[in-house]
Amino acid sequence: MSVVQIGRSVVDPCHDQPSARRTYLIKLAMVALGVVTAVFAMVAPAAAHLPAQTDSESIPELRGTMRTVDEGGESIFVEGINLTITDASGAELGQAVTDADGEWVFELPEGGTYEVFLDEATLPDGVPLRNPDRNPLTVDVGNGASRTVLFPLGDAAVSTDTTIEIVQLTVDGIKLGLVIGMSAIGLSLIYGTTGLTNFAHGEMVTFGAMVAFLFNVTGVFGWTTSLIVAAILSFIVCGVAGGLFNAGVWRPLRRRGASLIAALVASLGFSILFRYMMLYQFGGRAKLYKDYQIQEKVDFGWFSIVPKDIFIIVFSVAVLIGIAIALQRTRAGKAMRAVSDNRDLAESSGIDVELVIKWVWVSGSALAGLGGVLFGLTESIGWEMGFRILLLMFAAVTLGGLGSAYGALLGSLIVGIFIQVSTIVIPTDMKNVGALLMLMLILLIRPDGLLGRSERIG
Amino acid sequence: MDIGAIFENTMRGFIGEQFIFFALAAIGLNIHFGFTGLLNFGQAVFMAAGAYGLSMMVVTWGLNFWVGVFVGLVIFPFILAVILGAPTLRLRADYLAIVTIAAAEIFRIMVRSPTFDRWTGSSDGLGGFATDFYDLSPFDPSERYFFDLFIGNQMWVVLIGWIVLAMAAFACWLLIRSPWGRVVKAIREDEDAARSLGKNAYWYKMQALYIGGVFGAMGGMLRAIGTQSAQPDNFITDVTFFVWVALILGGAGKVLGPVIGAAVLYAILNFSDIVLRQGVESNNIPDSIMSGTQVGQVRFMLVGLGLVLLATFRPQGILGNKEEMALDDR
Repeated sequence: MSVVQIGRSVVDPCHDQPSARRTYLIKLAMVALGVVTAVFAMVAPAAAHLPAQTDSESIPELRGTMRTVDEGGESIFVEGINLTITDASGAELGQAVTDADGEWVFELPEGGTYEVFLDEATLPDGVPLRNPDRNPLTVDVGNGASRTVLFPLGDAAVSTDTTIEIVQLTVDGIKLGLVIGMSAIGLSLIYGTTGLTNFAHGEMVTFGAMVAFLFNVTGVFGWTTSLIVAAILSFIVCGVAGGLFNAGVWRPLRRRGASLIAALVASLGFSILFRYMMLYQFGGRAKLYKDYQIQEKVDFGWFSIVPKDIFIIVFSVAVLIGIAIALQRTRAGKAMRAVSDNRDLAESSGIDVELVIKWVWVSGSALAGLGGVLFGLTESIGWEMGFRILLLMFAAVTLGGLGSAYGALLGSLIVGIFIQVSTIVIPTDMKNVGALLMLMLILLIRPDGLLGRSERIG
Repeated sequence: MDIGAIFENTMRGFIGEQFIFFALAAIGLNIHFGFTGLLNFGQAVFMAAGAYGLSMMVVTWGLNFWVGVFVGLVIFPFILAVILGAPTLRLRADYLAIVTIAAAEIFRIMVRSPTFDRWTGSSDGLGGFATDFYDLSPFDPSERYFFDLFIGNQMWVVLIGWIVLAMAAFACWLLIRSPWGRVVKAIREDEDAARSLGKNAYWYKMQALYIGGVFGAMGGMLRAIGTQSAQPDNFITDVTFFVWVALILGGAGKVLGPVIGAAVLYAILNFSDIVLRQGVESNNIPDSIMSGTQVGQVRFMLVGLGLVLLATFRPQGILGNKEEMALDDR
């Protein structure tokens, strides 16, 4: 009997009835899909859609948003800035003025090269251009294209003290790492117990954040509740969804003895299917929970932090310690680790492997959902959030050692801190690149991870 | 319902330029996965390498169009194959899957970033690099050709695309029946056995990754030429899954599998797209159920669902046979 193939060692009760087996599988898959659809049908249709795709017939235009950032990090949009647009021959085409949202648009006769000059006299006092030498700006516009012109305003955030900055970023990194870790435990345990590299795990994170949004903001039949209750409900819904996902899809697949590669491809299919179903319902714009949106930062000297982030850190540490104790002390936890370690040995010593796998799916998915709520709370809720975190989870889990729950935790903390601290040298919009490059580097140097064992590698 | 428009759009999917771009990329993926067994989930990056190789050479550095074609097809895919393959080809298959997806995401983030704006044009991308190509076109840009399906410039892209596609499929056929092809197939079936016969499996896998990547770059470059722009959003991670569905639908491990798969896939996608769009525009489908923007999202759901159903129920696709099928027997 092979350990690597999922389900090869499971006795198949209906092995000689392929058609009955197939009907059963289809039925269960339908039920699982139906449940997910039904939950999402309850979310009110998306109010905000993605901006319309640029039509090839549309008029080319220049646009931009003028904003500066106040001391608390909030955006302030600047009204009444004058911009002059000239074409390649130097002839003035006209002017644009920013509106109350700081936005300006200028329609062009055709694609080509244009120059945009910002009149610095119209800037408010104390808000200089960040790069005065980049004024006027020369831009190329394609036919029918909308081109965004950027004039960064205000001084770039320069920290006076690198030590303080590193402490601040480390605290942020610990928070990020804890959230990644909570979501990644399920990914690692599912891999450990079934061998499945589950690419749809990120969608469970998004699902969790969205279910909480449903209860907190959208409302179910007009009933909304506080975020804390919504988070608990989301935890339960995600656990049930994970259990159904296993029962409806993965268990039948294991029974049929489907190869791991086929299962991996199917999980990618589910990932993209669920992701776009959630985009369909939720809309493309990122949204926020109703509670705890704006909070005063508490200053601790070395670093400052908003109360909700303190709560997130304390709460996640408590949850993770709870998980560690459960894995170490309870029968179910020991059984999970045993199956993850060596499936055949666990089965021959009387552990019901399918039952353990079921509980791994339920608890892993519930934790992923909770991680999604916390991530939505610190940043925002969007349809792609889970997919973004999934790649960070893979980096974390690979670093810690695939299949090990503690490895997933350790790896997540390192990845979280690394991402945040690396913004000292890497531009913030590329901070995730560092973590993903680290993933490649680990595979080159120590592919079995920090806490993994080399036998797991092919 | 405008039956004529539905038929026209479906035909355009069946033989038009989208089909050509993705069929080329799927031929590359077939060399990766169908013949060598490499789980490459970053074919979008190879496509982007072709598109940006060409456009950056021409727009950013002002070089000749044909230099750009050479860089995009030969040099960029080579660099990528080394970066992706070096850490992962010695490891189990799913590590390559994770790393290639991560590479696709790294690419997307970096190309979009304003930091590299002066080279990549960030989220607006690059344009105006294909004039040399269209100057050669014998077709009148204002006329319609081939049963009025394509306007002049499109017709030129489609014609060249078909020629390239035919040559690519032929090259793939030659490659697979060569001794090299037999070695990579042996690696797919049993890497240890191939190694015990003295074949350097790592080296062969690296070559396969590169060669498949070149075909991917061809698809991406033609796409950039066809749309006359290289934009990061045209090469997001999800693009890879379109290529995967095309490959598995047609049948991995068959030379014509990816071509037929891409044709059928784009016929289905274009058909559903135009039917839904007409339904929305004529208000047969109320706005509360589906809006114009949401129509565009349906094709991604179809691709996801297709991937699930194919992997579960028909891993050998249309052409493949179960004995040779790669998806299910390892």
